[in-house]
Amino acid sequence: MWGILRQKVGGATCLSPQGVGSHMLRLRPVTSALRNYSSAAKEMTVRDALNSALDEEMAADPNVFVMGEEVGEYQGAYKITKGLLDKYGPERVVDTPITEAGFAGIGVGSAYHGLRPVIEFMTFNFSMQAIDHIINSAAKSNYMSAGQINVPIVFRGPNGPAAGVGAQHSQCYAAWYGSVPGLKVLVPYSSEDARGLLKAAIRDPDPVVFLENELLYGESFPVSAEALDSSFCLPIGKAKIEREGKDITITAFSKMVGYALKAAEILKKEGISAEVINLRSIRPLDRATINVSVRKTNRLLTVEEGFPQHGVGAEICASVVEDSFGYLDAPVERIAGADVPTPYAANLERMAFPQIEDIVRAAKRACYRSGTMVATA
Amino acid sequence: MEAAITKKDCIITAYRDHCIFLGRGGTLLESFAELMGRKAGCSRGKGGSMHFYKKDACFFGGHGIVGAQVPLGCGLAFAQKYRKEDHVTFAMYGDGAANQGQLFEALNMAALWDLPAILVCENNHYGMGTAEWRAAKSPAYYKRGDYVPGLKVDGMDAFAVKQACKFAKEHALKNGPIILEMDTYRYHGHSMSDPGSTYRTRDEISGVRQERDPIERIRKLILAHDIATEKELKDIEKQARKEVDEAIAQAKESPMPDESELFTNVYRKGFGVESFGTDRKELRASLP
Repeated sequence: MWGILRQKVGGATCLSPQGVGSHMLRLRPVTSALRNYSSAAKEMTVRDALNSALDEEMAADPNVFVMGEEVGEYQGAYKITKGLLDKYGPERVVDTPITEAGFAGIGVGSAYHGLRPVIEFMTFNFSMQAIDHIINSAAKSNYMSAGQINVPIVFRGPNGPAAGVGAQHSQCYAAWYGSVPGLKVLVPYSSEDARGLLKAAIRDPDPVVFLENELLYGESFPVSAEALDSSFCLPIGKAKIEREGKDITITAFSKMVGYALKAAEILKKEGISAEVINLRSIRPLDRATINVSVRKTNRLLTVEEGFPQHGVGAEICASVVEDSFGYLDAPVERIAGADVPTPYAANLERMAFPQIEDIVRAAKRACYRSGTMVATA
Repeated sequence: MEAAITKKDCIITAYRDHCIFLGRGGTLLESFAELMGRKAGCSRGKGGSMHFYKKDACFFGGHGIVGAQVPLGCGLAFAQKYRKEDHVTFAMYGDGAANQGQLFEALNMAALWDLPAILVCENNHYGMGTAEWRAAKSPAYYKRGDYVPGLKVDGMDAFAVKQACKFAKEHALKNGPIILEMDTYRYHGHSMSDPGSTYRTRDEISGVRQERDPIERIRKLILAHDIATEKELKDIEKQARKEVDEAIAQAKESPMPDESELFTNVYRKGFGVESFGTDRKELRASLP
């Protein structure tokens, strides 16, 4: 577990080993719907955002409960559920044995009977032990029962690589869960994403897989007054344009949004204006926003940490080729995790996951491919 | 079982769910139509044989993955306890499923948290084609709960089953989980593609039918105690056959589901999101 320093206004250096800079967090989201934005916006870590979202939803609906390993007395393996046991008691914050298949099944069964469980996987690597319940017991039930049995459950936890945790603890499951009809799959990046999407997920009547990121838990983001309100919710299935641009569309989710934004800053200095899309939702995938963007920029680069074959980028590429082929001025570029199990040695691990320079390089490739001069920003 | 419990007690089972559905109040028409994949089916033709449900009678299916229904059943019991209801859940499984790891995971949690869960092992002595002694080191399934008490019941004796379920319900409400092993038998093969005779003798099958058939047992009891005459019993059977034939005929009349049903019920709340047919340029739909 890495403790990342809270960002101070004024740009203190971030100690994240992945090199996520602090200053890009100051970027004002250009197309955000904030009504009360002021330069003295409050800051919140993703961890606190998730904790407050859980707290508010548990207060609002007595059917919401949390279940998982170490969620109660330990205050959460990553402290996401801190304080909830004291506030809501052991009947609503339930510590489980290390038996994912069992407690995921118990969670789904309780959802059949009308409760609204939030099941925590300590990481989504362990969800593979329970994947039958997520897919066969939860995702498909509403369909098989012709609408009789809906399953209002949330499966949440850290997804993808952390730092130096090895091959069995570093896989990204966005593509796997994203392929299953009947599931909703959400991928928050910022604290507003975390709050709004988790609240939406808990209120949603269908099973939601909520993929967080361990290294983002300690990062601070500005949050608007609107986002702090207990009724705040973000729409499921809508991506967010984090940064507008006109030369290339870069899609990313979770931690890679931060990397893409940093890459966009670097590209700007080289005369390339990148539009960065924060997917927020893998399923439903916001194909409309992606295609509108590519029709504007004519170039696409997809970024993800997961394995490249059959990944999220492959689906986005296919979607754009199907819907906007005539608008592409260059082949679609994909940056993804390396096609290997995650190595442990720090230098090899660095090679196994996308770095900012990979995003910059691929974007430039997409921009020079057609041979015409790119207009300076 | 139904005689000992209410429709607010939950039942969940595996894929051999047709009669449980009928016991919970489902109709013959809904059953046959679902088997034929028709609109009038209990799952409107979308589920099939293994996926009958009746939520208003607390029957939660109908599950195709062997063993999955046991943790799900413990989850139903969890909800009953959470809501402080005075009801229990019967989670049914076969001797084949009794070796599943997730069963023990769920049983452990049910015991830790005193859930009102009754695990019912319908032991028909064969998991598909594998006899119990070839699959389980200990085929005494009622003892496999270790710290969870278990009862072995003659599953072919309706009165024993009723008493056992009544006892189990009282026990579970006070003390937490209990296992009931119902000793029973499967006359036919596992499914339509299994003749059922490659792994056991025909004598065994006919022997059980002669000695232990539950309906035959009741028939003899009724006649011995003059509760009804032979003719009355024959009339009941004729009436039942008539009902079945009528339901089958009606089910055959029921149409196949509309093609638009391909895309319904994927989500309870679809936000109008797009879904695709096999050729996405040919068939797309908006999920309501």
